[in-house]
Amino acid sequence: MKLKQYLTLSLAAATMASTFQACRPKGAGGALSGNAAERVYVAPGEYDEFYTFTSGGFSGQMTVYGLPSGRLLKQIPVFSVNAENAWGFSEETKPMLQTSHGFVPWDDLHHIESSFTEGMPDGRWMFANSNNTPRLARIDLTTFTTAEILEIPNTGGNHCSPFTTENSEYVIAATRFSVPPDGPESDVPIDSYKQNFTGHISFVSIEKESGEMNIAFQLKTPGLNFDLSSAGKGVSDGWLFISCYNSEQAHTLLEVNASQNDKDFIMAVNWKKAEEYFKAGKGKKQTNVRYAHNKFDHKTHTATSEMKTEVTVLDVADFEDLAYLIPCPKSPHGADVSPTGEFIVGSGKLAALIPVFSFEKLQKAINSADFEGERYGGIPVVNYESVLHGEVQKPGLGPLHTEFDEKGNAYTSFFVSSEVVKWDLKTLEVLDRQPTYYSVGHLMVAGGNAKTPYGKYLVAYNKITKDRFLPTGPELAHSAQLFDISGEKMELLLDFPTLGEPHYAQAIPADLIKDKSVKIYDINANEHPHKTNGEAEARVERNGNIVRVYMTTIRSHLTPDVIEGIQLGDEVYFHVTNLEQDWDMPHGFAIKGNNNSELLVMPGETITLKWVPDRVGIFPFYCTDFCSALHQEMSGYARVSPKGSNVPIKYYTGQQAQ
Amino acid sequence: MTDVKNQQRIKSLHRAILIISGMALFAVIALPIWRIELIAPQYPEGLEMFIYSYKLGGQVEIINGLNHYIGMKVLKADDFIEFTVLPYIIAVYAVFFILTGLLARRKLVYLLLGAFILFGIVAMVDFYSWLYDYGHNLDPTAPIIVPGMAYQPPLIGYKQLLNFLAFSIPDIGGWIFIACGILLTYCSVAEWRIARQKLP
Repeated sequence: MKLKQYLTLSLAAATMASTFQACRPKGAGGALSGNAAERVYVAPGEYDEFYTFTSGGFSGQMTVYGLPSGRLLKQIPVFSVNAENAWGFSEETKPMLQTSHGFVPWDDLHHIESSFTEGMPDGRWMFANSNNTPRLARIDLTTFTTAEILEIPNTGGNHCSPFTTENSEYVIAATRFSVPPDGPESDVPIDSYKQNFTGHISFVSIEKESGEMNIAFQLKTPGLNFDLSSAGKGVSDGWLFISCYNSEQAHTLLEVNASQNDKDFIMAVNWKKAEEYFKAGKGKKQTNVRYAHNKFDHKTHTATSEMKTEVTVLDVADFEDLAYLIPCPKSPHGADVSPTGEFIVGSGKLAALIPVFSFEKLQKAINSADFEGERYGGIPVVNYESVLHGEVQKPGLGPLHTEFDEKGNAYTSFFVSSEVVKWDLKTLEVLDRQPTYYSVGHLMVAGGNAKTPYGKYLVAYNKITKDRFLPTGPELAHSAQLFDISGEKMELLLDFPTLGEPHYAQAIPADLIKDKSVKIYDINANEHPHKTNGEAEARVERNGNIVRVYMTTIRSHLTPDVIEGIQLGDEVYFHVTNLEQDWDMPHGFAIKGNNNSELLVMPGETITLKWVPDRVGIFPFYCTDFCSALHQEMSGYARVSPKGSNVPIKYYTGQQAQ
Repeated sequence: MTDVKNQQRIKSLHRAILIISGMALFAVIALPIWRIELIAPQYPEGLEMFIYSYKLGGQVEIINGLNHYIGMKVLKADDFIEFTVLPYIIAVYAVFFILTGLLARRKLVYLLLGAFILFGIVAMVDFYSWLYDYGHNLDPTAPIIVPGMAYQPPLIGYKQLLNFLAFSIPDIGGWIFIACGILLTYCSVAEWRIARQKLP
């Protein structure tokens, strides 16, 4: 054996080793098209094409982004307090977060849905649900503020919400956690789930002009977990489709125990029929409920909270023709209705196929009573095969949500296989798949839940971020990914970080909203009971230990800016009226040591900040929003004296005391 | 005659190779022998499991967490009797290599080669049977059941298992093992040739 042979041998070994390394499959890498930057670039001073209203998930708020730029435009406080603009801190907004459990400072805002007219977003309101303490919110798209919050009784977690009917006649709120109905009878053993736990689906009526929400009626159902829902449209208008999991009726270790049945259900509810029965007085009044109804009035700039104590309930088992169950493989999540209303797409989050149901076949099955032998909790179960339009085979793993474009295509998000899959609604063939980074939850096509989707853009809301952005410690922003879906293949254009954990979103053409956006509040229309009509009326009043400061703000001073005569033990209310009538001229207000937030007062608005001084001394206060060249000068002093002190109430700005 | 031939002393180069290989085998006890990588878009950092002679290494906990969806048994070192005996077996082979090098008997070289190949085959069969067992014996109550789907990773090479691409290759210890086998084969062949040439 010569040296040459040794060398050959060792070379062979090395080659073999490196070949195995070379065999290593390449990780999935998304090809980015060359002009992606151009397609998401919105030049300075120009506007995005779409507003995207995005749920904040555990932030409890709603965020507004522009598309295609992905720029964050605003965070609208809804269910969580927001110290930045005193949401839940000002006296005017505290009632908005009142519930039957008292003041709740946080919630989990899951889904957002537009108000619709004839199946198209009308740009008037956005509806949002809170999952933890069950509530519904309505956001006014002229002011981008929360106008109304309604608590939902008899409900465990309001996840299956706020999906609306074709003309927003109703917004739906259905329980994710079945619970015994409210009232003293609800103290039952938890393992008596099957006997005592029930589901409730609330139909919240929307007043056509004002948008005011009221619970019209509730449908009582067997104990199921309602997950998501879509109202029928077009041919299926008048129906509602709700995905239900835990048909096993497990109450513990749901991960395993609620994943046993091969099929759970999509519940088809004939809501027009339910409305008919309700109007005919067939429902039962339940009077042991308590739920808050909170409304914000833009005339008084003040919210009121009213506790309601009655709801009408229809038990679906009492009626033959209210609800039907469609078997749907493995714990369905999304139940999405195609733009024409013909098809219902069920996404079993543990399934390896996507069943597509036909509304026409469902009607046929119902009319010919083509049901399975056994009812489920008194509700007829239709035969899977009888109502199936077809199954999308091998689409991916863990389908969650489906949205649609205007060309007859469906887009489904796959959490487990971390991808978005495009498929044909008619042929059920998979047309394209793109990886998402990482593990997409919801996806949203512009107008993807409307009668005529706008198409063009798809946003994947990913649950896992990892290495997509510069690292920021253990807690990372969630990542959204924008795809262009106008071509045959989906093209990834942009990643952008989001606030909270976006679940669903709604993209609306900017033109539907931007011209209606309020610039200022008319100060002459301000009906706040503690409004200050101009600086001349600025004053300090004492009534017992209540001290009210009627303060005005205008560039660049606060009136009054010298306040004396406050005593320890007083409750001081700063009623701050912003006298400005110019666009984008808010003033802020904060005072040292206040166990409270700041105020951000819009032009023409009055807001109240409560302050209970804790010590004697001089307390500076100032404008917190940089308003003008002399913003730094926009400040003042409040003097706090001991209780019973003989320092008189005294106030002024610019001149010595009156 | 034959006996004399086989008991002839082997070349010093071969002795050196055998002794060095034996020492390298001692190192194998502490090194990862095999690795299984799982590749999926949502694991940009990769998921790896290392099989040592005495333990499992890498992100076993995370892999177990994923496997529970499909009902695969939990991977834990206690379930493998191999982990208690394998280090000793490797040590025995290492000693055998060194002894063969020191004693320099040609017959021992042949014996060692036979034993080593046998060990390699038994080890791979055993490994395969474990992979088969984990890939097929799934909990029927698992949340995700894909009809007809098994999750047996490949012995070597890669295979798509649902959303994961499973990639299985020897790791450093395995490569040393293979190298020892190749060198041992080389020594045996070379010695066999020398022996044949020396025949009258």
